[in-house]
Amino acid sequence: MANLTLVQAINLALIQEMERDDRVMILGEDVGLNGGVFRVTEGLHKRFGSSRVVDSPLAESGIIGTAVGLAMGGLRPIAEIQFEGFLGPAYDQICTHAARMRTRTRGGLTVPMTVRVPVGGGIHAPELHSDSPEAIYTHTPGLKVVMPSSPYDAKGLLVSAIRDPDPVIFFEPKRIYRAFREEVPEDEYTVPIGKARVVREGSDMTMVSWGASVIHCMNAIEASGRDIELIDLRTICPMDIDTVVTSVRKTGRAIIVHEAPMTCGIGSELSARIMEHCFLDLESPVQRVAGFDVIMPYYKLELDYLPDAERIGKAIEETAAY
Amino acid sequence: MPISSVFETTIERISILEPDGSFDESLGAGLIPDDDAVQLYRHMMLCRQFDEIAFKLQRSGRMGTYPENRGQEATSLGAAYALNKSDWLVTCYRENAGLFWRGLPMEKILLHWMGDERGNHIDPDLHITPLAIPIGTQMLHAVGLAWADKYRGESSLSCTFFGDGATSEGDFHEAMNFAANLEIPTIFFCQNNGWAISVPTKIQCSAPTIAQRALAYGMRTIQVDGNDIFAVVKAVQNAADHARKTSQPSFIEATTYRLGDHTTADDARRYRDSDEVDSWQERDPIIRLRKYLEKRDLWDESRQSAMLVEAEKTVSDVVKRAEEIETPTQSDMFDSMFATMPENLKAQRRTMRTSSLGQDPSQLPTPNTARA
Repeated sequence: MANLTLVQAINLALIQEMERDDRVMILGEDVGLNGGVFRVTEGLHKRFGSSRVVDSPLAESGIIGTAVGLAMGGLRPIAEIQFEGFLGPAYDQICTHAARMRTRTRGGLTVPMTVRVPVGGGIHAPELHSDSPEAIYTHTPGLKVVMPSSPYDAKGLLVSAIRDPDPVIFFEPKRIYRAFREEVPEDEYTVPIGKARVVREGSDMTMVSWGASVIHCMNAIEASGRDIELIDLRTICPMDIDTVVTSVRKTGRAIIVHEAPMTCGIGSELSARIMEHCFLDLESPVQRVAGFDVIMPYYKLELDYLPDAERIGKAIEETAAY
Repeated sequence: MPISSVFETTIERISILEPDGSFDESLGAGLIPDDDAVQLYRHMMLCRQFDEIAFKLQRSGRMGTYPENRGQEATSLGAAYALNKSDWLVTCYRENAGLFWRGLPMEKILLHWMGDERGNHIDPDLHITPLAIPIGTQMLHAVGLAWADKYRGESSLSCTFFGDGATSEGDFHEAMNFAANLEIPTIFFCQNNGWAISVPTKIQCSAPTIAQRALAYGMRTIQVDGNDIFAVVKAVQNAADHARKTSQPSFIEATTYRLGDHTTADDARRYRDSDEVDSWQERDPIIRLRKYLEKRDLWDESRQSAMLVEAEKTVSDVVKRAEEIETPTQSDMFDSMFATMPENLKAQRRTMRTSSLGQDPSQLPTPNTARA
């Protein structure tokens, strides 16, 4: 066991998977000599050489498009996109090709590719460095979408993503890259894609969140003094609806918390699923605490945009009182 | 310091077999053995027959939209002939001749345009990617595929096909830049057929040649007469030799012409001059190869008649196979989404014809489960 940050846990997962499987290679902007702008690939270029840790030209569509070819050609590419705000140019390759290749060839060609992307706000970054686009990729059939909230899960989920036979968008909440440390086994383990984690059990109500927001949910729950069950979705797509449904049937109340804009966010889907599966168990309307339907503000106002313990706390009291 | 020139070059053009059948022995002697030349001619005839029947299938409502290949047969065929079977062919959608030469069963192309994904299920040993409908995006895959082979220390390369319009797309430039700078052995094969649906090449490229675009990437480049299969074979052989020796990419601009409409949904008379079309009919790649063969006593009218009968029979059998394939089951759309089907998809698949999409029927509220 080692006491690691989320960045260190991801770095360890990359090293171990590259040592385990020669087909695993990394490409992206500044991932080589520089070790990535967040230093996630620190030391890998020296350890594995320039053919396995490749500083690519500055072109996001090019990175993902060539990774699609590398994956179809039998490798296990891990493509890094520097910030989620720069996924736009790669959207075409992800959605037009990566997501569709298996089904349009009826299994003839597949794209076992992992796309690593730092995501979310809260680090005082420039514009287009703080968005939360997970719903866009969840709405695109053919992709898996993962977002860990802890170093342990980050390592185990990344190993699962790299070994997954289908394309995985692996969102890394940059706000908690170095926010805290956690005991992480150095031995190999996986956290399965598609399984949520019950962070804490409770009976008063259910709270569902993922990524950096999980920490704020925890703070709000502790401040409330109530017995609240907190679920970290961990994988956005495919969604582990069973864990959510089991919990809401028990508690009868649900709050969903996410950074992304409210409208058509993952909270909308969760709310609909809870209605479909738990309609008769609900004691109160499902509440959503989410980002606003606005362009992510520059950093002077970003903390006013992001759901925090105060807003979550109000939702807890309203839901409890209903 | 006076102003000096830091870079100068010329764009070469290869032409071996002229429309009138005249042949440049200095460049073309021994390039394609006689037996192969006959086979290539027969193959082009077969593809032309396939094209005509595919067009008729669409017009008679037996197939969806189809892009005619007529007039462009020599480009992809010459490339497929010149390359090894382990080299990837990463095509657009007007390369039937090259794909069939490689070994793609002809009914696969019909199935694709008949709205059946099984047309894209291709034997992996053929090293063919499925037709690419968005323009220009497949070039990056070609770079990735050749890169994967290079990564493993194999000597295979990839050859990707696209039109003049695709050279306006951003992915074209990203693919060229990746291949050149990372030293990936990809042959970029531009089929400049003069038109991107209704938009002429001059709207895509202001330079006198598309070939010179490659110069900006430090890439070897050449223009060839794309209706001259000898010139195409020569250029692709040179590019492939270069790629295998140096791991460097090359660019080939093949000038050709789309004799038909863009697709069966298009009417090229709205934007093209009939005189222009007529002038290209005379430069048809099939006509000039026939002249070449006849001059060498390798072909005559009786062989032509026999070949036509044979081609009609072959294509008729292909159509039969495509039309007689069993209809896919409704749930097929779910089954290849992922290697392992996630629970939510299983639920949708199970309930696809019900009013409660995705919900397990046992979880639906009924009078029995309603609260008192």
